[in-house]
Amino acid sequence: MSTAVVTVNRSLFPGLNLRQKTFLIIGFTSLLLLSIVISSLFVDGDSLPTDFGSKNLAPSLEHPFGTDWMGRDMFTRTLEGLGLSIVIGAFASVISTVLTIILGLLSSAGKTADSFVSWLVDLFLSIPHLLLIILISIGLGGGATGVIIGVALTHWTSLTRVVRAEIKQLKTQEYIHISRNLGKSKWWIATKHILPHLIPQILLGTILLFPHAILHEASVTFLGFGLSPHEPAIGIILSESMRYLSAGYWWLAFFPGLSLLIVVLAFDMIGENLGKLMDPKNAHE
Amino acid sequence: MKHEKIGLFIGKKTLRLISLLVVVCIASFWIVEQSPIDPVRAYIGEMSIQPEQKAKLDEYWGVNTPPQEKFLNWAENILKGDLGVSLIYRMPVTDVIKERFTASLALMASSWLISGVLGFVLGIAAGMHKGTLFDRAIKTYCYILTATPTFWLALVFLMIFSVQLGWFPIGLSVPIGVTAENVTFFDRIQHLILPALTLSLLGVAQIAMFTREKLTEVMSSDYVLFAKARGEKGLDLVLRHGIRNVALPAITLQFLSFSELFGGTVLVEQVFSYPGIGQAAVAAGLRSDVPLLLGIVLVSAVFVFFGNLIADIIYEFIDPRIKQQEATI
Repeated sequence: MSTAVVTVNRSLFPGLNLRQKTFLIIGFTSLLLLSIVISSLFVDGDSLPTDFGSKNLAPSLEHPFGTDWMGRDMFTRTLEGLGLSIVIGAFASVISTVLTIILGLLSSAGKTADSFVSWLVDLFLSIPHLLLIILISIGLGGGATGVIIGVALTHWTSLTRVVRAEIKQLKTQEYIHISRNLGKSKWWIATKHILPHLIPQILLGTILLFPHAILHEASVTFLGFGLSPHEPAIGIILSESMRYLSAGYWWLAFFPGLSLLIVVLAFDMIGENLGKLMDPKNAHE
Repeated sequence: MKHEKIGLFIGKKTLRLISLLVVVCIASFWIVEQSPIDPVRAYIGEMSIQPEQKAKLDEYWGVNTPPQEKFLNWAENILKGDLGVSLIYRMPVTDVIKERFTASLALMASSWLISGVLGFVLGIAAGMHKGTLFDRAIKTYCYILTATPTFWLALVFLMIFSVQLGWFPIGLSVPIGVTAENVTFFDRIQHLILPALTLSLLGVAQIAMFTREKLTEVMSSDYVLFAKARGEKGLDLVLRHGIRNVALPAITLQFLSFSELFGGTVLVEQVFSYPGIGQAAVAAGLRSDVPLLLGIVLVSAVFVFFGNLIADIIYEFIDPRIKQQEATI
């Protein structure tokens, strides 16, 4: 998908081969994301000076993203919101991955267990994803925990499907049959023969879950569920900006959303390029 | 044999729909039941009331009845076609959903159609000119689209077209201060364009990428090579041998995307304050209108189910390759 990205680099780094370029892209984007998270830890949004003398300023050199109606610097708020989004995304991805591993191993245990897992996947996919997150977050009493857990509990379906298919294919392999005939237990085969094959898939899947989790978190927050209005989450910044749209303060919505888009793209790029490294056969497509 | 197959298919799918609805009912009811939110508080809102009245309302809403009993009551009413009364709209949930869903249907149908056609055409065009600058441009466009937050794009469109250019109204599906009879068809369309445009543009990505991949696959097949050897080329070749093979899977995929379509509608309706089912869902969620929320969950599950069902029908009954396979068995 990201050959467009690679083409850009073809002219940028003429001396490097494709593998080196892929590493370079991964390194650069990871660094970008890491610096966002770290710098968001250091800026303290609560103590942002509310300076009514400089409210609703259009973007300038001093305030690259402009300021809001309380004179707060939008760049700082956006940075903090992105940090929060990435942390929530990380949490959701990790939980989803753990669930995937558990359900994947369960589905390898036997026919009944496998049909249970596929039934569970179908059930979760039967309700529109956004509505499901809303439902779960309400069930948990709303608030930040409600949204975070709602996002975390609903993103395992696609990865579980991939893992399940992979397990099915692995189980037809010769060496698994031999191992079974040698009298190894199901658990032994699952953890010693199947799991090691799945680890790269799962790692990649976890990274590719990030963008979905981040976008869903921002969407649900934007709709008004969860995080309290003081938190500088991207969803909240954007829903606040809606009140000032007709006043023409376009920068309040434009830059935070664009930054979110870039973060999501960065995760996509890392995932795609890691996939290329792990599956060199298709890398030259 | 044909009738037998259709009968079996209908039977299987009906059973599946019923079991799905039963499970969704139980699961969503259980989830909402866990919620610490008080339905009486949600009903009376900010009003202050006497303790006796509160007790009466408690009894009316069944605050103190055990959950099993409450569920059975609710389920019994559903079987009768009664989803309860919405707390925020003060009217039967079925009426609210009917009204809201009709409004949303116009939005969803138009954007579904536009994104499908546009995505298919772009995908075919990109696949035909694989590796060219044009192909790369479409690919990059799709790539960026999948990373774009729906509500942000909606906000950007609102800022450009409504606030800056003033071409479209800022919200609502009909003009304010005009009675229902006086709302013209043109008014409705004018309020529909921006939300539909947002949803259509975002929906393009998936279908375009899929069509492109499929077309590439088909174009590298032996029969296309043979057709080329016979002297066919360009658009004719693609029209005759490519599109026929790509169209069916693409349409199937478009039907499978009902779940995402619904999610996108929720967000877009919120930004454009379009009074559809998505906005009702958000309002029900934010103001703990449990009957309405459960009703919308059920309706959306049915909606997604029918999308999948149509995809299955296309696959099982319309795809000539499947028919041929069965004939040979």
